[in-house]
Amino acid sequence: MANKRIDEPTGTETVGHEWDGIEELNTPLPRWWLWTFYLTIIFSIGYVIAYPAWPMIDRATVGMLNWSSRGELAKDMSAADQARATVREQLARIPIERLPEESGLMQQAVAGGAAAFRVNCVQCHGSGAAGSQELGYPNLNDDDWLWGGDLKAIEYTLVHGIRQAGDDETRMSVMPPFEGAFDTAQLDALVDHVLSLSGKAETNATGARIYADNCAACHGPAGGGDRAQGAPTLNDAIWLRGSSREAIKRQILQPRMGMMPKWEGRLDPVTIKMLAAYVHSLGGGEDFVEVAENPEAEVDEQP
Amino acid sequence: MNNPNERKPGDDRDWSVVVEDGVAKTNEPVSSAVAEPEAATRRHEPHEPARTHLPEKLYEKRAVVHNKRIDGPFRRFKWLVMVVTLAIYYITPWIRWDRGPYAPDQAVLVDLANRRFYMFGIEIWPHEFYFVAGLLIMAGIGLFLITSAVGRAWCGYACPQTVWTDLFQHIDRLFDGDRNARHRLDKAPWTFGKILRRGSKWTVYLFIGLITGGAWILYFADAPTLLRDFFAGEAAPVAYGTVAVLTLTTVTLGGFMREQVCVYMCPWPRIQTAMMDEQSLLVTYKDWRGEPRGSIKKAQKNPGAFGDCIDCQQCVQVCPTGIDIREGPQIGCITCALCIDACDRVMKDIGRPRGLIDYATLEDCEREAAGGEPKSPWRTLFRPRTLVYLMIWGGIGGAMLFALGVRSHTDLTVAPDRNPPFMLLSDGSVRNAYTLKLRNMESRPRDMEIAIEGLPGAVMWTENVNRRDAAPTQTVNVPADLVRQVRAYVAVPAGTPSQEFSFRVTSLDEQRESDVVQTRFDAPESE
Repeated sequence: MANKRIDEPTGTETVGHEWDGIEELNTPLPRWWLWTFYLTIIFSIGYVIAYPAWPMIDRATVGMLNWSSRGELAKDMSAADQARATVREQLARIPIERLPEESGLMQQAVAGGAAAFRVNCVQCHGSGAAGSQELGYPNLNDDDWLWGGDLKAIEYTLVHGIRQAGDDETRMSVMPPFEGAFDTAQLDALVDHVLSLSGKAETNATGARIYADNCAACHGPAGGGDRAQGAPTLNDAIWLRGSSREAIKRQILQPRMGMMPKWEGRLDPVTIKMLAAYVHSLGGGEDFVEVAENPEAEVDEQP
Repeated sequence: MNNPNERKPGDDRDWSVVVEDGVAKTNEPVSSAVAEPEAATRRHEPHEPARTHLPEKLYEKRAVVHNKRIDGPFRRFKWLVMVVTLAIYYITPWIRWDRGPYAPDQAVLVDLANRRFYMFGIEIWPHEFYFVAGLLIMAGIGLFLITSAVGRAWCGYACPQTVWTDLFQHIDRLFDGDRNARHRLDKAPWTFGKILRRGSKWTVYLFIGLITGGAWILYFADAPTLLRDFFAGEAAPVAYGTVAVLTLTTVTLGGFMREQVCVYMCPWPRIQTAMMDEQSLLVTYKDWRGEPRGSIKKAQKNPGAFGDCIDCQQCVQVCPTGIDIREGPQIGCITCALCIDACDRVMKDIGRPRGLIDYATLEDCEREAAGGEPKSPWRTLFRPRTLVYLMIWGGIGGAMLFALGVRSHTDLTVAPDRNPPFMLLSDGSVRNAYTLKLRNMESRPRDMEIAIEGLPGAVMWTENVNRRDAAPTQTVNVPADLVRQVRAYVAVPAGTPSQEFSFRVTSLDEQRESDVVQTRFDAPESE
């Protein structure tokens, strides 16, 4: 039990406990300190009335102010939406061809597109938009475009998709399978010729003849491809599904063709426009010059 | 030291009864362990001594301090410090400083919105916050220096709490009269006259609080604009909130709590107590000279029996924290030296030598008490410890000035893209992308040249420069006093291996400042 007494030198009462001869003085608080304590009690009563305080079974008491952290978030979200409304409105009004002229709006569109890309596109194209050679998802950073790399072409691809069933305007191309069409020697010769288009092998007469008969209609006599029907360029360094002989053989015999869903109806037009701007900004975007017919014109641009 | 068993020699007072609040109370029994050392083993036995109940005190009532007016050299010095510090605080935001069209013209401005700190000719960016940290360290060491040399001089003269408390005490004197009149008014009933006086005094308190808080916000925005917006009701809510909070704290802390802040709230007296030593100057009552106290009459009757202190209480009455310096150095003493002024005046009146209460070191006190000569003030101030503090303080200041003088106003940071690390282009060349940040710390827009060094055959283009115009160098315009972010695409011919290389940025003006950053070019493994 406590043994209170007055400490001699200070004249202050001790708290009455004693540990190995050490005692504690019960120095009184200054009065304002006590008032502060009472004030906090009064404050807490007001707080409990105004704000959620008592935990109940599924949620806390509501409080007079009807405040909740979720409500606060909803308010902030709608404020952010309203702040974006003007930009979205401007984006909705401007034709996509005119977008590069408005550099401020373009920046907004790229930033918005980057956010939308992370939600909708990274599943296939990857967070760095580098795609996947193994799975045949195109790389969006480079300067090789199957269907065209200007803003309008990118937007069209986004809207209608590629090989999207049920969309009449979707980008559609089919490479026929050549399984059983060539014997092994012919196939090897053809692969040699295809590789020779980009300087990776020596060409030969057999391969060139087979190529001219079967492939040049879509891929062009020099392998320049055709964006109008989505035929890949064969004479450049970029291979969607790999540049090894096995990969090329497989693609001739049993071609695999990717499919991209259409985003019309799933994303609003403004978001699609922003996505197009973002993909265009990744480093391979093209100007509105009709270069699709002659892709070689854009290959060697180094001074 | 508080062990009650250890009676001091000559202390024959009976401590079994103590007088507290004017009531005699028993002090029995003492803690059993202390009462009889062998009783410790019996401490938990049921027949321990009956406890004595003393009335519980929940709080310590504040004794109101009304200090008496005094004049003297230290009071005049205090006036001077007060005028200078208040002038610095209130006038600084209004000083203009021309920095050209791209920067604010306020001499001292903490521009939080744009993350810039302006102080006359110096502009500090957030990444240079070490200058501010250095200033804070200098402030700390400066306090060590002051404290080890002249004790709690900061507390006594320059601390805002002291300056504003002093100001409010002068207001009290102006409205209510000097010490005795104020004590009388405190006790007087609430007549119309008292209500009028208190009301007008507290209005002045509020006004002082308002301009104190008002001046504070002017350091954070253009002062004339903010002042106009403030009264037009167009300033930011945080400005009104800050002024409200600072008005409240100024009035509460300076107008009402005063010495309670120093005694109960402030950690600084405790820290300073630890930093002082026997050679620090502090305000001391020279007890060997003053004791025993006795009035002039008594001294005349019994020459030689009494000391110089005539117990006139002047030193207590002028004290702004209400302590009795004759009890020795204590936490409540802010060493404002007003008691020295008061005592010197009395000593002069009664024809005794000045300095019964004086600035002295504890060493000097002992020497003087033993009949020796005190050390010269210069030797007291300039001793190894203070000189070391001074050197550290000056060294940090010098190093910061040097760093400030030679710092570059052009800076580059490079962040290579990690995903994807490289890009194959259709012509077989390999492209890497980098995010460059070009920092222009001059208050004017500058053209800067970005160049690639150590990467043969490399060309570069940016988000605004078409690939057709790719070149080993690109020139970009960086706006005044800003960081410009540039996406740089670097392409090398096919077959170039992965390697280190550098970006160099050079300002295209007469300064030709430049910065080099080494980074890495990634390329596919050659097949």
